[in-house]
Amino acid sequence: MRSVPDWLRRHPGLAFGLLAVLLAVLPFIVSIGLGRGWVRVLDFALLYAILALGLNIVVGYAGLLDLGYIAFYALGAYLFAWLSSPQFGLHLPFWLVLPSGALLAGGFGVLLGAPTLRLRGDYLAIVTLGFGEIVRIFMNNLDAPVNITNGPQGINLIDPISIGGFSLGARHTILGVHVFPPTFYYYLFLFFTLFTILVAMRLQDSRIGRAWAAIREDEVAAAAMGIDTRNIKLLAFAMGASFGGLAGGLFAAFQGFISPESFNLMESVMILCMIVLGGMGNIPGVILGAVLLTVLPEALRYLGAWQRAALGHVVVDPNDLRMLLFGLAMVAMMLYRPAGLLPSRQRRREFRAEDGAAEQEAASLYDAKA
Amino acid sequence: MTTLLTVENVTKRFGGLSALEAVSLTVNAGEVYGLIGPNGAGKTTLFNCMTGLYTVSAGVIRLDGVPIHNRKPHQIVGRGFARTFQNIRLFANMTALENVMVGRHARTRTGVLGAVLHSRRCLAEERDSRQRAKSLMAFVGLKDRSRSLAGHLSYGDQRRLEIARALATEPRLLALDEPVAGMNPNERREMSELFRKLRDAGITLLLIEHDVKLVMGVCDRVAVLDYGKKIAEGVPDEVRRNPAVIEAYLGGAVS
Repeated sequence: MRSVPDWLRRHPGLAFGLLAVLLAVLPFIVSIGLGRGWVRVLDFALLYAILALGLNIVVGYAGLLDLGYIAFYALGAYLFAWLSSPQFGLHLPFWLVLPSGALLAGGFGVLLGAPTLRLRGDYLAIVTLGFGEIVRIFMNNLDAPVNITNGPQGINLIDPISIGGFSLGARHTILGVHVFPPTFYYYLFLFFTLFTILVAMRLQDSRIGRAWAAIREDEVAAAAMGIDTRNIKLLAFAMGASFGGLAGGLFAAFQGFISPESFNLMESVMILCMIVLGGMGNIPGVILGAVLLTVLPEALRYLGAWQRAALGHVVVDPNDLRMLLFGLAMVAMMLYRPAGLLPSRQRRREFRAEDGAAEQEAASLYDAKA
Repeated sequence: MTTLLTVENVTKRFGGLSALEAVSLTVNAGEVYGLIGPNGAGKTTLFNCMTGLYTVSAGVIRLDGVPIHNRKPHQIVGRGFARTFQNIRLFANMTALENVMVGRHARTRTGVLGAVLHSRRCLAEERDSRQRAKSLMAFVGLKDRSRSLAGHLSYGDQRRLEIARALATEPRLLALDEPVAGMNPNERREMSELFRKLRDAGITLLLIEHDVKLVMGVCDRVAVLDYGKKIAEGVPDEVRRNPAVIEAYLGGAVS
């Protein structure tokens, strides 16, 4: 990254320290500077970062286009709701429920992966899209004959996460300062985001990560190099899905309420956009994409107020304008930075195809001359 | 001399077309075995059947006496049979070293947990893979190209890299599909040097080649395929004088 100043590059420890301090005090800065509501936005940014990093394993590393990723988020959220809400009268502790959600989602990841192994590209996208919709529709309709999901009304009064009797869902006064739930959840989500980053990083740099990259590049050659393409692809589905399930559980606990509405196709598309916008396959890029696409739409809500301030009245409904600007931004991105804001080493090369082509041509000319 | 690979009556049909018809051959351990024949004779099809990319319609292929036909490619690699491709299939956007390290996949065991926790085995395997990959790159003559992108290497170097990658799987039998195609005479000479080095390292080579001179110079034995059938087999000199072979290559006699 060229944008990093030299003095920071020379002292990576110092850079990490600064980043750690910044992340630690961020919710307080944000709530003082922008208002308490923005801490919630921050929480969602972290949640989406986990989701985007999970989907990045499937799409960015293994090259399997998954348009139904939100289904795993839904499964994690619903499992959390079932196991700790009045819906079934169960109130299991979060340290049991969160991993179960990840496991359930991972299992469904394999279930989705198995029949789609032979599919690539467009075909895989369509099947996964269908899967995402099926899960949502199931959640919408599983309220009769036996009420499992409470249908479109969703499940309410989900237990907040409480660690050793300290509920993250209540206001606490610490050192005379009122601290609100979103701040507590911020730290919890930050922890899980860092955990996800660690797992994604280490996997990427392992033989498994190389196998994913190989499959993405050339599946036949990967198989001929001794990679069990079936298992390695299923593993990508399972790993990605588990993070979706984990994020879903966190979401359910944070919101206290879930309904099928939260898990529609648009959400899957948004998460995919985060990856593409930020830089597919590159962890900092994916996080940047997640943060931008969570914060930007919120910031654009102020468009109404700005219009009133500048023009005296609201000309265009801020909600419409918001989506319009958002769409424009995406189009501009794809035109000017197709590999994303912070592309991975590999993507940058792929999108610089001309260079490679020129070199190849030079090489073949050399062969012809000799 | 022990037999390493036996192909017995292998037939491969695509719809009504027989690409291979009852082909049989045996490759002995330690030899360089050439597979020649005109374009479309079925050489690559036979390779694909042997390495698990195609299922065979009939017949048996054994490696060390164990049937390997209709097994998955990765299982066959696991048994010590690696290959390269006629139209180079490298992982173009990975570095040369990473390409070779992918070849270590079949010989390493680290799972998700080990990789995430950086278990002792994971770190040891990773170090070992890197080291082996580097020495293999040096072996094929690509010592300084580790960090280059595979797709950016020159054509000849890509062929070498593909061989290094296949060698990383620790094969006993290495099948090379037209490894010198498109190379200039200089590069061809260097490649035949490499083949000898490989044989001296104890690796049995199976070679598809068009360049008759190279085949005659390097191979211990040769089989000739034409229209999916084996029309000759033997030591190069003998095969070269075989009338059926001459006819296949030059067309029927005029008189």
